[in-house]
Amino acid sequence: MGIARTRLRYVARRLAQAVPILLGIAVMNFLLLQLAPGDAATVLAGEAGSATPEYMAMLRQRFGLDQPLSLQLLYYVKQVLVLDLGFSFRHNMSVLALILERLGPTLLLMGTTLVLSVGFGMLLGVAAARRVGSWRDSLISILAIVSYATPLFWVGLMLIVVFSLELDWLPATGMESVAMFYEGWERIVDVARHLVLPAVTLSLFYMALYTRLMRAAVLEQSGLDYVTTARAKGLTDRRITVRHVVRNAVLPVVTMAGIQTGNLLGGSVVVESVFGWPGLGLLAFQSLFARDFNLLLGIFFVSACLVVLVNLLVDLSYTFLDPRIEAR
Amino acid sequence: MRDFGRRFARNRGAVIGLVILGAVLGLGLAAPVVFPGDPFQMAGKPFERPLGAFALGTDMMGRDVLAGLAHGARTSLLIGLVATVIAVVIATVLGGCAGYYGGRIDDVLMRFTEFFQTIPSFLFAIVLVAILSPRIENIIFAIAAVSWPPITRLVRGEFMAMRNREFVQACVVLGMRDRAIIFTEILPNALSPILVTGSLMVATAILIESALAFLGLGDPNVMSWGFMIGSGRTFLRTAWWLCAIPGLAILLTVLAINLVGEGLNDALNPRLKHL
Repeated sequence: MGIARTRLRYVARRLAQAVPILLGIAVMNFLLLQLAPGDAATVLAGEAGSATPEYMAMLRQRFGLDQPLSLQLLYYVKQVLVLDLGFSFRHNMSVLALILERLGPTLLLMGTTLVLSVGFGMLLGVAAARRVGSWRDSLISILAIVSYATPLFWVGLMLIVVFSLELDWLPATGMESVAMFYEGWERIVDVARHLVLPAVTLSLFYMALYTRLMRAAVLEQSGLDYVTTARAKGLTDRRITVRHVVRNAVLPVVTMAGIQTGNLLGGSVVVESVFGWPGLGLLAFQSLFARDFNLLLGIFFVSACLVVLVNLLVDLSYTFLDPRIEAR
Repeated sequence: MRDFGRRFARNRGAVIGLVILGAVLGLGLAAPVVFPGDPFQMAGKPFERPLGAFALGTDMMGRDVLAGLAHGARTSLLIGLVATVIAVVIATVLGGCAGYYGGRIDDVLMRFTEFFQTIPSFLFAIVLVAILSPRIENIIFAIAAVSWPPITRLVRGEFMAMRNREFVQACVVLGMRDRAIIFTEILPNALSPILVTGSLMVATAILIESALAFLGLGDPNVMSWGFMIGSGRTFLRTAWWLCAIPGLAILLTVLAINLVGEGLNDALNPRLKHL
């Protein structure tokens, strides 16, 4: 039995488990469409009013709106599963193309946030746990508990006031200075400068969460026998922490980071609307104002797919972090 | 009970939290008396600075910020509390049945719960409120709809652990009905973790409500802190305090509830280690 083979079988099984979830989300999207005011065709056309009667008739026929509800559901789910999410008249683009266009910036924001929050969370958590009860521990704990209670959008606005309006250090909106036509390295620097405030805003809450988790995990691990053994062997405190304790304490943090993907997407709606970051979240915000429910539901579906995918990746990463967890 | 009070008071943060929470609650309760009338009404000149004619100034429409804050406190606490109670009731019924009966019922209910845990919750709340129209009942429903899964799993765990204890088996032998065993025997014994998690959920619910209102999905007839920040953000350059003040109110309230929740945890489960 090769490990690769077991792992492959595990991936296949997890993918198979994801199918009913995606089906369920498609069904729920259909039910939500039924709840929306007006018949589904008007919603699918984005309530734009600019849809031609021919297009409406075509929509009704394609989605089988003249059929009984159960058949309608079947049609709808079929369309969604081949990722035909309809057309947005507001943006004059198919919903899928629109979402794919906006996915990049969101993934950039989320990825940066993940690295920042997990990195600093682990660092602060270890720093607090190594000096339990000291002023450093108290300071970090207070910082974490305050960050944990702060609304994201408010942090974003206050950072704009301080770092953009007052100090004029960093840009407040958008992803790049489009009018400057930067290229190559200069463009990367420009995007990075735009990324700082949104990423810090989104990171703060999660950093607090991981700090608390990491602190608790390190404290728990420090009392275990293998740490005593390591100390008896004459290893330095620093080496025990870095080589042994952190490695074991990181598992709950990874678990939590995986669980938080969906929330991270939700948080990016708020943060992107504050900073005008041109990602999925801003698109969702704009679709709210345009009452483009079909686009909103499309974003919802793609986001859910993303969460399922990330959960799978996290589960796989366990088997690398801790070989004892069998990829069954 | 005296023991409970002593253990709670030993946690300094929890006592501070309780004081802040009491102040916010008092502000909310006093709102209709101290600031009668519609908080959306113009009260004076627009953009009055704080600590002038009005304690906290006025916004771009000349509305009294302090009046908005007081009425917003009502909204936040009400929505947070009602949404949490609904979520806890759903969680108790579903989690209780899953944990008590086990087997097939447990499987089905847990698949159902996992499904709702997978979908991105804040986006789900946005979709629900947008489609059902932003009214206070719908906002409460949406928040409850995204809050119940984690607590359901908690209740299930508690019930599973207690299912085979002697006192439950004794009830079964006595011929008590399942419903009576679930609600009058097991539930009271599982109440403290539910209470702790529930109290922390109120804080999350308030954060969700404020974010929804900030995005323009608040009830247009009800004053809320998120709405105040959302409407003030256009004037960030000239009047940053219009955003800063209600944000501080949210921060303090949520912080207070979290502190009280942790204090409850210490007092109710003295042997339990918490995060």
